[in-house]
Amino acid sequence: MDSILISVLNRTLVAGTPLLLATLGEIITERSGILNLGIEGMMAVGAVAGFIVTLATGSPWLGMASAILAGILISAIHAFVSISLKANQVVSGLALTMLGLGGASLFGRPFIGRPLPVKMAPFRIPILADIPLVGKVLFNQDPFFYLSLILGVLLWVLLSRTRWGIQIRSVGENPAASEAQGLNISTVRYICVLIGGGLAGMAGAHLSLIYSKSWTEGLTGGRGWIVIALTIFALWNPLRAFLGAYLFGCIFVLQYILQPIGIPPNLLGMMPYLATLAVLFAGGLKKGRRYLHAPAMLGEPYTKGER
Amino acid sequence: MKLRIRIDHRIDASPSLQVTVLLFSLLAGLFTVGMVFAASRVNPFLALWKIFSGSFGSLYGIKETITKAIPLILIGSGLALAFRARFWNIGAESQLLMGAICATWIGLNWGPRLPGPIIIPAMFLAGFLGGALWAMFPALLKVKFGINEVISTLMLNYVAAELLTLLIVGPWKGVTQQGFPYTDDFPASATLPLLYGSRIHYTTLIIAVFACVLLFMLIYSTKFGYELRVIGENIEAARYAGIDFMRNTVIMMLISGGMAGIAGVGEVAGIHHHLTYPQAISSGYGFTAIIVAWLAKLNPIAAIASGLFFAGILVGGDAIQISLGLPAATVQVFNGILLFFLIMGDFFLNNRVILSLERKE
Amino acid sequence: MKKIEKLEMVEISKYFHTTRANYKVSFSIESGEILGLLGENGAGKTTLMNILYSLIQSDEGEIRINGETVRLHSPKDAIQRGIGMVHQHFMLIQNHTVAENIALGFEEAPFFFPAGHVAKKIEEFSRIYGLKVNTQEKIWQLSAGEQQRVEIVKALIRGVDLLILDEPTSVLTPQESKELFSILRRMAGNGHSIIFISHKLEEILSICDRVLVLRRGEIVGASSVQSTDKRKLARMMVGRDIIFDFEKEHIERGPLILEVKELIVPGDRTERAVKGVSFKVYKNEIFGIAGVSGNGQRELIEVITGLRRASGGSILINGKDITNASARLVSDQGISHVPEERIKFGIVPNLFIYENTVLKRHHNKRFSKMLFLNYQTIKSHAESIVKDFQVTAPSINTPIKNLSGGNIQKLILGREITGEPTLLVAAHPTYGLDVGATEYIRRQLLERRGKGIAVLLISEDLEEIFELCDRIAVMFEGEIMGILPTQEANIEDIGLMMAGSRK
Repeated sequence: MDSILISVLNRTLVAGTPLLLATLGEIITERSGILNLGIEGMMAVGAVAGFIVTLATGSPWLGMASAILAGILISAIHAFVSISLKANQVVSGLALTMLGLGGASLFGRPFIGRPLPVKMAPFRIPILADIPLVGKVLFNQDPFFYLSLILGVLLWVLLSRTRWGIQIRSVGENPAASEAQGLNISTVRYICVLIGGGLAGMAGAHLSLIYSKSWTEGLTGGRGWIVIALTIFALWNPLRAFLGAYLFGCIFVLQYILQPIGIPPNLLGMMPYLATLAVLFAGGLKKGRRYLHAPAMLGEPYTKGER
Repeated sequence: MKLRIRIDHRIDASPSLQVTVLLFSLLAGLFTVGMVFAASRVNPFLALWKIFSGSFGSLYGIKETITKAIPLILIGSGLALAFRARFWNIGAESQLLMGAICATWIGLNWGPRLPGPIIIPAMFLAGFLGGALWAMFPALLKVKFGINEVISTLMLNYVAAELLTLLIVGPWKGVTQQGFPYTDDFPASATLPLLYGSRIHYTTLIIAVFACVLLFMLIYSTKFGYELRVIGENIEAARYAGIDFMRNTVIMMLISGGMAGIAGVGEVAGIHHHLTYPQAISSGYGFTAIIVAWLAKLNPIAAIASGLFFAGILVGGDAIQISLGLPAATVQVFNGILLFFLIMGDFFLNNRVILSLERKE
Repeated sequence: MKKIEKLEMVEISKYFHTTRANYKVSFSIESGEILGLLGENGAGKTTLMNILYSLIQSDEGEIRINGETVRLHSPKDAIQRGIGMVHQHFMLIQNHTVAENIALGFEEAPFFFPAGHVAKKIEEFSRIYGLKVNTQEKIWQLSAGEQQRVEIVKALIRGVDLLILDEPTSVLTPQESKELFSILRRMAGNGHSIIFISHKLEEILSICDRVLVLRRGEIVGASSVQSTDKRKLARMMVGRDIIFDFEKEHIERGPLILEVKELIVPGDRTERAVKGVSFKVYKNEIFGIAGVSGNGQRELIEVITGLRRASGGSILINGKDITNASARLVSDQGISHVPEERIKFGIVPNLFIYENTVLKRHHNKRFSKMLFLNYQTIKSHAESIVKDFQVTAPSINTPIKNLSGGNIQKLILGREITGEPTLLVAAHPTYGLDVGATEYIRRQLLERRGKGIAVLLISEDLEEIFELCDRIAVMFEGEIMGILPTQEANIEDIGLMMAGSRK
């Protein structure tokens, strides 16, 4: 029984890590007022870039770095179109999804089914890892897991406890007032979208380097859309994103575990989306955005000098 | 010397400018697609040629293109209506699935007992209602509780897909399908006739074209269409003019979702003849139709042409999958890049960009 | 950076497309001085101050600090030079706390925990200037007066030398205004310079040392407050001579059209924006409501036209109760409405001119048949409005956004008048229009009065009120201070009523 529990917990953390990374990225993007629906595409691009570079260089760390870079590059398209050209962010995000998924398939074509020559060794924290039960789960994980924890806490500190955080949130809430305080709205938004892209790319690399250790088409499997849901579920708060990501990750794992005992996986598969709708609905009942903490100007392009 | 970029709002874009910008966007998009092909070591000319010859270059290709255009035209014109009212319905995928589910229920339960002329209209009606009612949820959530429709329609896509899968692996699983997760095949009376030698279920095609004309009239010559356009362009003016936002939005989404529902009926009754995996019923038609509507400039009649165009890309994509061994998702590159260039084109339609060199002070 | 001892704006001009917002404006202000900037709405006061704060750039002219010409490219530069501005619409982030708002853009705030550091600093300033603010509260929890204090603290904490206040009392209660004035006096005593924008004469006289009067973008008068009085200032503000001799024929008023009884209306933030207002408007009469914006006029109009719900009282049109009826029902009762923010509410910019001429009435039998619109009659209707109301437009098949402000207003007026309404509600119908369009619209209103329409005119422009109205009511803080026949009214009395004295 213990071993099943450990295995479930372990797999939950592995399944939750890419969700967490990408959600952190979407949180900072949306906090600055830009909606990026293209996560699925950015993750796919990151997954392929990470896999190819790891294969070519033999270094998963270089793979991770190039996945981040690839995510940043492709998110720059969305940044340009939605910030500089003030285009519709929904349409641009969908275009990014298509481009990312398609491009990843195209460039990943020769690598389908090839095994990863090197594995990223789990990072074993001495002493702590020897604690029974918890030790194995929490202190003997892959580096992505620890990085995502650190990044999550860092992002939370950045957003809620620093000047930059105040500036990012202000730009998302009221760009006109922020501009009157001497901020450059476009710069802040560009930086946030690019960071979001980098984190989504990193999430993709986790999928190809840790989770499946190979590249297949459709590797992202709709996780990008779950991330959109998670961002709302977490109410744009990085700490709550931990909870959401592991909860949704756990649902992934349970789908397979509970199937043999007669619980259809599709019923569980609906849960993340229904939960998000429920959160939205609860917010709607209490009259909206103030309760939900959604950035007030999310998705609205800003033109200098306009109110 | 310093390069200065000035952006002025363009007051009026002439029709000839609109056409020029559209053509230029498409060309620039194709060029970029070619670059991406070249970068992934695929001969871009060969690939583009194969896409063209695979879709519009042969009789088989044309037949397939028309087949795939049917759902795109239906959904695209319905989305044009929704986008006119600035309602971002990105849940057409799930509305299609709900249409398919409802039609299947009718087909399997009543098909054996009733003749075709009764069962086929009943299936279309049920499909329309299925899509419409599923689309009504996000509309109500928006007008009653102010819930963003982008998120709610997106979430419902997945709920519907899981629901459908639940049905075909569970209660509706066919006894004659050798363990495959499909429902039983529809009786002959519940399947749509096909154009000879093709997969074109012309009943749905006729409905699609007819619906486009109706929607065009609805948008441009009825009170309802006028009110929708006022809501979409200036919600405050709509309030001032005494236009009922709730009623109009809900009716609009019933129509928009219903169109997608009809597309779902066509797919199950015309092509598959049973309910199957969500991915098999719709290869992303609900999303591709968003570009269809966008390219058509939210004009339902133009959606016929742009639906054919993107159907051609889908079919051409299948062709290069076989002839060049490219993955199925390659066609998404095409869609994504074209969509980006279309929205960039809009920027140049709405703004005048003036570049000038200026001496530094 | 050296403290601002003297700041000069020299020959400042600013054009928006073809309209002139400021023309060769020059003035100076010294430390410890409170300078009043007086003028009607649209006179160019805010534009001038936005130039000083560098939110926008002037087309001509320069700014000098302590005799030295400075170039300010953005609010950041202005803030660094010691210039601060409190806008009429507060530039605050509603969902953030007071401390977070002040820390935003405060360069000395530390990178980590900026809000905590700022909170300590705020307390210091609060003590010096008597500004009470709770640093942990969210902005949306604060009253307008408290929000304004946050804005002032924000400027002070950054070491502002010159503070611009744009219509600071427009959102304040009298008590809050008094508090504000004592804060401002203390600031001036500490060597700060203050520019105080207002169109309220009384305030300018009570708080300022000197006053500048702006009209149509130009300075038309400057003096110290000791050597002027309300009468002189009013005359300068409105025009050298107030023209009362618009040919207005005397018409006997007809039967009662609109009756408003003890109407109570909630505002967006307050529970009562209109506090028990009663009046009557008759056929062949123009009934004017004067008063400073924000005293309940907008809420009053919105209730009469069905855009807002009343919480008490009643509205009768031709004896029929239409209290809280929908906008469409009200419009079908023959009430037409020229709205306050015409671009925002009155038109649909991307639709064609002819489509805009039936906004509100597209469902009438004349323009529609069953489900369909009758475009033939709509287009001929549009053609006749364009012709009758001298709208300059390339054709009726142009999006209406391509028209100038004056032409849009003529078209809206035409649309609202040609329906043969029983009552026309016109809110600030000539606000921001050029002289020609203004004259045209006023003439049209008088003409319609002759033809038997009842007109309810809401305006801040006293010249307009006196020219057009048969009777004048003055609104102040949601109440009517008095109703006078125009012959018995004079501008001084109306001005006093606008400031809250009863007649």
